[in-house]
Amino acid sequence: MLTYQFDWSVVTSGKYFEWLVSGCKVTLQISVVGIVLAFIVGLLIAVMRMSNFRPARWFALAYLEFFRNTPLLVQIFFWYFGSYKILPTAVNDWLNSTNFEFAAAVIALTIYTSAFIAEDIRSGVLSIPKEQMEAARSAGFSFLRSMQYIILPQAVRITVPPLVNQFLNLAKNSSLAMTIGVMELTYQARQVESYTFKGFEAFTAATVVYLVLSSSITALVHLYDKRVLNPNRAV
Amino acid sequence: MIQFTGVHKWFKQLHVLNDINLRITPGEVLVVCGPSGSGKSTLIRTINQLEPINEGKLVVDGMDLLDKRTDINKLRAEIGFVFQQFNLYPHLSVLSNITLAPLKIRKTSKKEAEEQAMTLLARVGLAEKRDAYPSQLSGGQQQRVAIARALAMKPKIMLFDEPTSALDPEMIGEVLAVMQDLAGTGITMVVVTHEMGFAREVAHRVAFMDHGVVLEEAKPEEFFRNPQHERAQQFLKQLLSPMH
Repeated sequence: MLTYQFDWSVVTSGKYFEWLVSGCKVTLQISVVGIVLAFIVGLLIAVMRMSNFRPARWFALAYLEFFRNTPLLVQIFFWYFGSYKILPTAVNDWLNSTNFEFAAAVIALTIYTSAFIAEDIRSGVLSIPKEQMEAARSAGFSFLRSMQYIILPQAVRITVPPLVNQFLNLAKNSSLAMTIGVMELTYQARQVESYTFKGFEAFTAATVVYLVLSSSITALVHLYDKRVLNPNRAV
Repeated sequence: MIQFTGVHKWFKQLHVLNDINLRITPGEVLVVCGPSGSGKSTLIRTINQLEPINEGKLVVDGMDLLDKRTDINKLRAEIGFVFQQFNLYPHLSVLSNITLAPLKIRKTSKKEAEEQAMTLLARVGLAEKRDAYPSQLSGGQQQRVAIARALAMKPKIMLFDEPTSALDPEMIGEVLAVMQDLAGTGITMVVVTHEMGFAREVAHRVAFMDHGVVLEEAKPEEFFRNPQHERAQQFLKQLLSPMH
């Protein structure tokens, strides 16, 4: 006999509903900012990894190995609890006056995810025939310009499915930000549970929101892929 | 315009270019021929440094390719290169394929670049394909677009690396016609090809290569009537009557 009394009203209206809504907003902010930054940083690292300039290549390689092979939670703790110990006081004062939890979470998620994105993009670039680079270079484009105008636009198209995976990972991993006190969706759901003991309702609501967020990211990227990226591609 | 002096190149153990001495004057059309593996593609690719040379001296348009101060990107912008496999940019329309380099490297205005591209497309007979994508074109059409793309940079030198070897026989003529038309404009051309008809009619000079060595250089009428070197005689015999 089930004795638990369902009360969905705690998550559909009132104070606790507002907590969840504000958590959604923070999760959305982390995800959007993180995805945009992780994509940009991932592109840069991928290009550095493939350049002929040795220091750039070594830096990228170290970056990839380091951030792919350590747990995200440790990285989040490092940025939040560790990084400020080596920063000057003035910087720390400024950090404390801002929303440092949020910044630390975004930095950690961006760097962690960008390492995976860089490797996905690199495998996309490797699948572009080397003659494309030759054609670009022989027209007079530098290595970076060739990447920018000719190679990456083709490689990113091929990379769309794995990129979507990385974007989804970032959005879902944003829930780890609660561990450093970022009041995002999981944090708020946990709060609601603590105050109301309605854990089933609170985490069901959070689950639904994550589902909607993830499906929206997938749908948006595919829409962009179809509409904006060249629809007549040969690849 | 292009001067090879004692140029050598190795791929690991393989001596692909062996003491090349070759001078190509402005406005000249040079055809390079020879059996496969003779180094002719490598030779033409050294001119815009797609293949760097190991030894000797190579001066192109007054710039020494082994000099570290030479801006190789700047030099390449003055040299059009046409590939065997066309290598159009598949993600760009025909028009964008042609205007990309003028827009980004020459900083030509969009209007001017597009007008020029349309003039070039008309010249290669493909004006109606401006909005098509490379995958929608036949091989011959793609190669003509590739030639227009190279010409859009107003190059001083045009290099052709077996431009018709990947084409179906019925499409070879349309590409050769464009090249012949181009040769008439006085641009410097180096063409690696097996099309001996083209060499005979259009070339000012023919260079015959084998095993990384230029064995013979002659005017086409002399080369075809009376090849000096034994390897050249064999090569022509096989090429002109492959059934024997």
